[in-house]
Amino acid sequence: MSPTLAERPGRTARERGPAPAAPARRRRRTPNGPYRLTATSGLGLGVALLWFSALALVPLLAVLVETSAGGWPAFVAAVTQPQTAAALTLTVTQALAVTAVNVVMGTLVAWVLVRDRFPGKRLLEVLIDIPFALPTIVAGLVLLALYGPSGPLGIDVANTRAAVFLAFCFVTLPFVVRSVQPVLAELDRDVEEAAASLGATRFTTFRRVVLPALAPAITAGAALSFARAISEYGALVLLSGNLPMRTEVGSVRILSYLENGQPEQAAAVASVLLLVSLLVIATIQLLQRKVARRG
Amino acid sequence: MDSSPWVRRTLRAVVVVYLVLLVGWPVSLVAKNAFADGLETFQRAFADPSVLFALQLTAAVAVQVVLLSTVFGVGISLLVVRYDFPGKALLNALLDLPLSVSPIVVGLALVLVYGKNGWFGGALEEAGFRVIFAPPGIVLATAFVCLPLVIREIVPVLTELGTDEELAATSLGASRFQTFRRITLPAIKWAVVYGVVLTLARALGEFGAVKVVSGNFEGRTQTSTLLVEQRYQDFEQGTAYAVAFLLASVSVACIVAVTLLRSDDAAPARRPARPATRPATPSEVDA
Repeated sequence: MSPTLAERPGRTARERGPAPAAPARRRRRTPNGPYRLTATSGLGLGVALLWFSALALVPLLAVLVETSAGGWPAFVAAVTQPQTAAALTLTVTQALAVTAVNVVMGTLVAWVLVRDRFPGKRLLEVLIDIPFALPTIVAGLVLLALYGPSGPLGIDVANTRAAVFLAFCFVTLPFVVRSVQPVLAELDRDVEEAAASLGATRFTTFRRVVLPALAPAITAGAALSFARAISEYGALVLLSGNLPMRTEVGSVRILSYLENGQPEQAAAVASVLLLVSLLVIATIQLLQRKVARRG
Repeated sequence: MDSSPWVRRTLRAVVVVYLVLLVGWPVSLVAKNAFADGLETFQRAFADPSVLFALQLTAAVAVQVVLLSTVFGVGISLLVVRYDFPGKALLNALLDLPLSVSPIVVGLALVLVYGKNGWFGGALEEAGFRVIFAPPGIVLATAFVCLPLVIREIVPVLTELGTDEELAATSLGASRFQTFRRITLPAIKWAVVYGVVLTLARALGEFGAVKVVSGNFEGRTQTSTLLVEQRYQDFEQGTAYAVAFLLASVSVACIVAVTLLRSDDAAPARRPARPATRPATPSEVDA
């Protein structure tokens, strides 16, 4: 698990800051293992794998098995059922829109946090991590308090598609910021200065020098944002009203299938979401390898 | 690329306004609404046995999940970083999976295996052990979503640490366990602390996965987050806000604690440096 890219929000503050990268190099030591497995470590690995399988792998496998039990036609029927199809379409389009917003705003936030200095910057750092730790049901509650029917701004998005967008924006805020920030902090500013001294405008320097260096981190953050958005549930419950054909998202469909005693259909929709999660992880792994090779 | 002052100020203003409108202002409203009637809301909420039960259940689940995640997280991190075994790359990739799986899918997956008609659920129930619609299911669901948090903190630190000191200790006659306790554990101490704090915040707040597996029975399997939803929909908004305030305070406190600890611990050993994962260039090795 390389920490290069796509980090969980909240890598160390030092890594974010404009601190010079030199000390990290100095500390380089012998390479890690690999040790051979001994009897004790082999037993440990066995226990760990057993727990991981019982907790995550076998249950996720069960979702796929349950889906395949009905065969391909049953899967297609479940996923193209009008209400489900509408929910999946809404989820994917809103998630794409939110990812686009995050690519722009997340990079901008990271830029300001790394390159700018002003009082209260640490408060912003905390604000960015809040969506990661705040219980999602509380996130929905607080968004409803500001953007709901009795909000002080007079904006009411409750039970509309804008509510889905807003909730996705909230929960995915940290991903692009936290993946771009450390890369930006370690970026060599000499190259930018060289570009500028050769007559490049600021915009050209950004587009030709900074952006290519940030691209893998932005992509990884965007992938995580997208994955998080399509799987969101808690923040939407109170905010979007879960109106069939209008504001219902994929995860809500899974839950209502399950509650109506239709586990095959629930599993079919879940498999779609699961597949997207796997694709996202694969994308990030590929990016990490690419960056590691280039490094 | 030094931006001109007005570009800098505009960017700063845009970012501040965006973050305040999206996070700062909404989150501050939870405190405002919880204390709208002074402390009366809290007194009423905490006189309610269902609220007290939900808070206790949430705390008990969080403690169990933190213990499980810490033991598993430290163990698997050591194995993945220090040992070589077939399928390691796949395991590495799969360990991140819980972060991007929908909580509802997590719940569904657990129900399919541990539910009454699930793969193992029937046998477990006959043996008198109920998982789904009971507290063990809540622990499993929460442990699932929290799984990668401790690992993601420890792995970079272990990778960066290298094995010099461990090898030195071993060559001086230390046993494996002594080496772990005296050398490795002190080095990864803070990573473990961060992982635990983040796991705690996440465990207290899990909602979707718990909703599916718990059955949401008031006074039996209803956790705090489920109670917030139910009370809000039952128009008992005071109670909902009081409990939400409590949950939000703990999670914000966790985040602030980690942010402060991180900017204070200045020793480079704990820096999960990015370059550590690629092969060192000769100049780096010499340096």
